[in-house]
Amino acid sequence: MSTVTTDPHAHAEHEHHGPAKGLKRWLYTTNHKDIGTLYLLFSLLMFFIGGAMAMVIRAELFQPGLQIVEPNFFNQMTTVHGLIMVFGAVMPAFTGLANWLIPMMIGAPDMALPRMNNWSFWILPFAFSILLASLFMEGGGPSFGWTFYAPLSTTYSNDSTALFVFSVHIMGISSIMGAINVIVTIMNLRAPGMTYMKMPLFVWTWFITAYLLIAVMPVLAGVVTMVLTDKYFGTSFFDAAGGGDPVLFQHIFWFFGHPEVYIMILPAFGIISSIVPTFSRKPLFGYASMVYATSSIALLSFLVWAHHMFTTGMPVAAELFFMYCTMLIAVPTGVKVFNWVATMWRGAMTFEVPMMFSLAFIVLFTIGGFSGLMLAITPADFQYHDTYFVVAHFHYVLVTGAVFSIMAAAYYWLPKWTGHMYDETLGQWHFWCSLISVNVLFFPMHFVGLAGMPRRIPDYALQFADFNALISIGGFAFGLSQLLFVWLVVKCIKGGEKATDQVWEGAEGLEWTIASPAPYHSFSTPPEIK
Amino acid sequence: MALKHQPVVIKLCLLTAAMFGFGYALVPLYDVFCDLTGLNGKTSTMAATAEAAIPDEDRQVLIEFIARPNNNMPWVFEPVVHKMRVHPGEIHRIDYLAHNITGRSMTAQAVPSVSPGQAALYFNKMECFCFTQQHLTAGQQLLMPLQFYVDPALPEQFSTITLSYTLYEVDAVAPVTAETATGDNNE
Repeated sequence: MSTVTTDPHAHAEHEHHGPAKGLKRWLYTTNHKDIGTLYLLFSLLMFFIGGAMAMVIRAELFQPGLQIVEPNFFNQMTTVHGLIMVFGAVMPAFTGLANWLIPMMIGAPDMALPRMNNWSFWILPFAFSILLASLFMEGGGPSFGWTFYAPLSTTYSNDSTALFVFSVHIMGISSIMGAINVIVTIMNLRAPGMTYMKMPLFVWTWFITAYLLIAVMPVLAGVVTMVLTDKYFGTSFFDAAGGGDPVLFQHIFWFFGHPEVYIMILPAFGIISSIVPTFSRKPLFGYASMVYATSSIALLSFLVWAHHMFTTGMPVAAELFFMYCTMLIAVPTGVKVFNWVATMWRGAMTFEVPMMFSLAFIVLFTIGGFSGLMLAITPADFQYHDTYFVVAHFHYVLVTGAVFSIMAAAYYWLPKWTGHMYDETLGQWHFWCSLISVNVLFFPMHFVGLAGMPRRIPDYALQFADFNALISIGGFAFGLSQLLFVWLVVKCIKGGEKATDQVWEGAEGLEWTIASPAPYHSFSTPPEIK
Repeated sequence: MALKHQPVVIKLCLLTAAMFGFGYALVPLYDVFCDLTGLNGKTSTMAATAEAAIPDEDRQVLIEFIARPNNNMPWVFEPVVHKMRVHPGEIHRIDYLAHNITGRSMTAQAVPSVSPGQAALYFNKMECFCFTQQHLTAGQQLLMPLQFYVDPALPEQFSTITLSYTLYEVDAVAPVTAETATGDNNE
């Protein structure tokens, strides 16, 4: 990788000064740290907008009957909440972390394609403005669920569908550009001596995630385009009257949709694999098996899509095939969980906030994985399908999984980003409030789901009233707890105890060898890896 | 863009374009796959011939006939017989009644679906009104024929086959749906 030494000339014009001042710095920036910050702040904003919609949903479901919103608006809330959280909160947060960390972790001066990096961030606000603006259209915004099944999104939707389709196109283009950037950076800009099998796991998991993004985001773009042409241009991909098939929609959508859930969790695995060794003061157990486990999860994710569709009337042989493939994913995932536990085994552990969130991740994500295994059992799935059990499952993997890992990452690297230690007491408060409320919020959903409460309905039968009131209280508490996080981040940016370069006693990796806060340009000359 | 990045970027862009194409390729692939497996209960749109069929007198299969006009399709549309027991291999003929109760001429297309889906491969239609479009003037009634046999190779586990037709209006599909969609969402 001696070629790396010639690369910093690409940024020669930046080398002599720091960032520009004011708004232009952020609009025109090609600096990976600036763009990472933009992504992270944007995702935090989206997390609160999507969260506000979740509060509307929980307020309506606090009691049986319809009290606060109309059913059509409720459906818009569930739809847009899902879209915002998936495409606006979780994915941009991981892209932001990738921007900040990958160059610092592999000893690169910046991302490989800095101008495209600027583009891939700055089209996102437009995508989400379009999506959110559609809520104010006559007849409301998209209300067909984030999965936009045909014919709900074709025959029975209103004209906000066009805006929905375009905003998804823009989100997809942004993700693909981000993914291309990550792959090129990792392939071409590693410091001399940084072989693939020496890369930190966060880099590895993002490398694999980026390939998943390139493989499936175009399929999503294709399926939304088919919805658009079915609705407005007379094609019949999903319309039986013209020879199409609505079930085809579900196949194409979930061909994208299942790898998509791994896109939202593989970088989380990388984060946890960085944090657990630091606070256990031991190297990661089974590095190579982690890499292979991540790769096999990614490959298997293309073979399981139809487990979302067990009730569509598939032949038994197909149901069994998808059931076994799905269960097979538990094996590499189990390898990961065991490796994390083995890393902690006899480690000199301490329990700072990033570690607390990581521990919660390991336990609660595993619960989400187990409920996923239950859903994978074809005959059982006929009972669980489209109930709150499914809602409980994917919120355990996405909130206590993906979101907790993002929180852990934020706490772990905040001192490196800002140069200040965060307020540990406040962080612990944030952690414990989040941990308790998130379980009050999502755990009872398993019970109401098993008892038959359907998802995406603004009203429910009386016997679910007590649990739903409890769930809503947990929801409000979880939402409010996140304000502590904002307070903590603001406080940490403004000041605090000065962080050392290494920040954490047990931290290892290139990003901990540079100053805190990380200088605007780092590794202009690549470090030497032994 | 530094020159050494170019080959990788080009490959990744090609991969992106290929996957976009693959999304569309799934449409014909799905049709081929369904034709081969009968996965979605679609029956053949071609008339079958009955040369090889020797009736299997030892076995009976219950055939159920369901017919419904699609939403917003104002015709009466129903089978004359709702169910019958047949021996696999026997050729049967039944009629479906279509009645255009509106005051205008309309053209319709019936789309069949067989349940369970895998039985679709064994349900052979020698003559079917669903092979063509039906044109009825205002108030006109028509008995439409269906001639079929069940392939004796039908696996043992199938004792009932349900044949369902949905009748769609051909010329006015797009405008009607657009109109009703706005109506539905405005409440």
